[in-house]
Amino acid sequence: MYDGVKIIIGIIIFLVLLLFPAWYQVGKAAKVPDPKLAEKALKAEQCVEPKLFMKTQHMKLLDEWRDEVVRSADRYYQSSSGKTYYKSLQVTCMDCHSSKKEFCDQCHDYLGVVPYCWDCHIEPKENG
Amino acid sequence: MNFILGILFSIVVVSILVFIPWIGVWAWDLRFVFGVIVPYAAIAIFIMGILYRVIGWARSPVPFRIPTTAGQQKSLAWIKPNRIDNPSNAFGVIIRMAFEVLLFRSLFRNTSLEFRQGNRITYEWEKWLWVAALAFHYSFLVVVLRHLRFFTEPIPAFVHWIENLDGFLEMGIAPFSGFSLPGILISGFVLLAALTYLFLRRLYISQTRYISLPADYFPLFLIIGIATTGVLMRYMGAFMQFIFGADWFSVPVVNVKELAMGLVTFHPVIPEDIGTIFYIHLFLVSILLAYFPFSKLMHMGGIFLSPTRNLSNNNRMVRHVNPWDYPVKTHTYEEYEDEFREKMVEAGLPVEKISEESAEDKTGSSEEAEKE
Ligand code: HEC
Ligand code: HEC
Ligand code: HEC
Ligand code: HEM
Repeated sequence: MYDGVKIIIGIIIFLVLLLFPAWYQVGKAAKVPDPKLAEKALKAEQCVEPKLFMKTQHMKLLDEWRDEVVRSADRYYQSSSGKTYYKSLQVTCMDCHSSKKEFCDQCHDYLGVVPYCWDCHIEPKENG
Repeated sequence: MNFILGILFSIVVVSILVFIPWIGVWAWDLRFVFGVIVPYAAIAIFIMGILYRVIGWARSPVPFRIPTTAGQQKSLAWIKPNRIDNPSNAFGVIIRMAFEVLLFRSLFRNTSLEFRQGNRITYEWEKWLWVAALAFHYSFLVVVLRHLRFFTEPIPAFVHWIENLDGFLEMGIAPFSGFSLPGILISGFVLLAALTYLFLRRLYISQTRYISLPADYFPLFLIIGIATTGVLMRYMGAFMQFIFGADWFSVPVVNVKELAMGLVTFHPVIPEDIGTIFYIHLFLVSILLAYFPFSKLMHMGGIFLSPTRNLSNNNRMVRHVNPWDYPVKTHTYEEYEDEFREKMVEAGLPVEKISEESAEDKTGSSEEAEKE
């Protein structure tokens, strides 16, 4: 091998960069998000829409609600299960999911999402 | 190969690659195979393959510097040398290499030869390839770095910076509501646009079309496939729901992160609820990784080992010994004469050095030789 030292340094740099996620993790406990349902949600047993839909589409649902309320004053949502909900972030979602910290933030912190909604909307008071 | 055949062949191969995980996961539920075994195998092939190729290159000698450079070589003190384009030391080489790797400088020099004024040849400014290549490589890099949010916990700050910069539009270019949250990330679309251009360019320019092979189309289509499945997952779920009443596109990214973290911490898990489209995305990425070392994509490593880029032009300052030189068996004239002197003298042939014995014995004959 010619220029062996340079080649090996190059290979080491390449491997260190490539395996960044593996060595970055070492010694850090991976915390898995654990969104806790508040009492009211537990009693209701189901969300506005089926769970998987909420998991993947809740941001889109909120976006739709926002547009429809603010632009067309259309304040009621007919869910696929036939129930009617008042389209509101603070009054509906946060009524059942009364702790932002224990619910929404669990997932959001895990993926580093910081919704800017709370710049204006008021988050529920956390007890404790 | 006819270019239509080349394109068809590549499309068929990529389609088969899409169908394999589709059927494997959707019909046979082979999630562990496509979510754990295939990605691990792919990364192993990627690393071994790259080492194999790089070491292969390192074993080939480059005896001389190849000064195919666009600049004045260092010579006399009063002639200004071009330190970067024709470097004479390691510093210049590093700068030249950085320009090449980060800005694709040799592509920037691309010109196209055209007849503009009658029969006169002109070299026209041709920067589209350079622009598209930069757009493609940088958006690819940004997309990959942003994906680190799936592979790191806690997520390092630079990933957030990239994400915020990339998502600065926040929303709003959507024709229907629900498209814009979570926010639009520009790089994914730039990636697709650049790939489309690079493909169309191969078709549009007749010379490029003529030299293009499946080995050129296949990686393009493969990466288009990866980017398309990614975009479908992130943005098209609500649209799918709207058209078909069922959402096969959205994936719960929290579960995806659990899978990804399982892979990097070597505790693989297969969380529920992740749709087939994610496994297609992951499978295509795995194929890309495994294909990488054995294809033209290896230019990622090759650029650093290009002799025209990574060698300083010091042919005149340093003696470069050919590494395959071995001691050649020589037989100089002096040695020849030493061996045959007596016989030469006997035969009356002229000799340069006269040995003592022969000088004494046959003075006459050597005098005769001198006279001649
Ligand atoms: C009537 C009470 C109620 C309301 C109102 C409500 N939720 Fe829920 N939510 C629930 C329940 C109960 C679950 C658990 C569902 C299950 O396990 O099937 C849930 C689950 C979820 C999940 C999935 C959590 C997980 O563990 O994967 C998300 C995300 C969510 N809700 C978001 C919202 C948002 C956003 C709103 C406002 C649009 C909202 N919810 C309104 C009761 C509610
Ligand atoms: C600039 C401040 C601001 C920000 C940021 C903001 N909103 Fe709003 N939002 C408003 C205002 C003002 C209204 C109108 C309230 C009304 O008429 O009832 C509203 C109404 C809404 C409504 C319907 C009415 C209700 O009571 O909730 C929804 C849903 C909503 N916003 C969701 C969001 C979401 C989701 C985000 C984050 C992605 C967000 N908003 C960010 C100011 C804001
Ligand atoms: C199951 C985990 C989970 C829960 C619970 C959850 N979210 Fe989310 N949310 C996410 C993920 C993941 C994203 C980002 C998706 C992406 O970027 O691909 C997100 C994104 C959002 C966004 C869009 C933010 C942006 O800037 O892109 C809003 C708004 C939002 N969530 C609101 C809420 C609210 C309000 C709650 C609590 C009622 C909640 N979410 C609970 C997982 C969750
Ligand atoms: C060569 C590597 C890869 C490329 C080029 C790529 C490309 C893309 C693109 C363009 C998107 C669209 C959204 C965006 O712009 O971020 C996307 C989304 C996505 N990719 Fe990849 N990807 C790659 C590797 C992976 C890997 C290894 C995973 C496994 C965890 C993965 C999982 C996902 C997921 C889950 C989404 C949807 C994100 C969301 O909904 O927010 N990708 N990908």
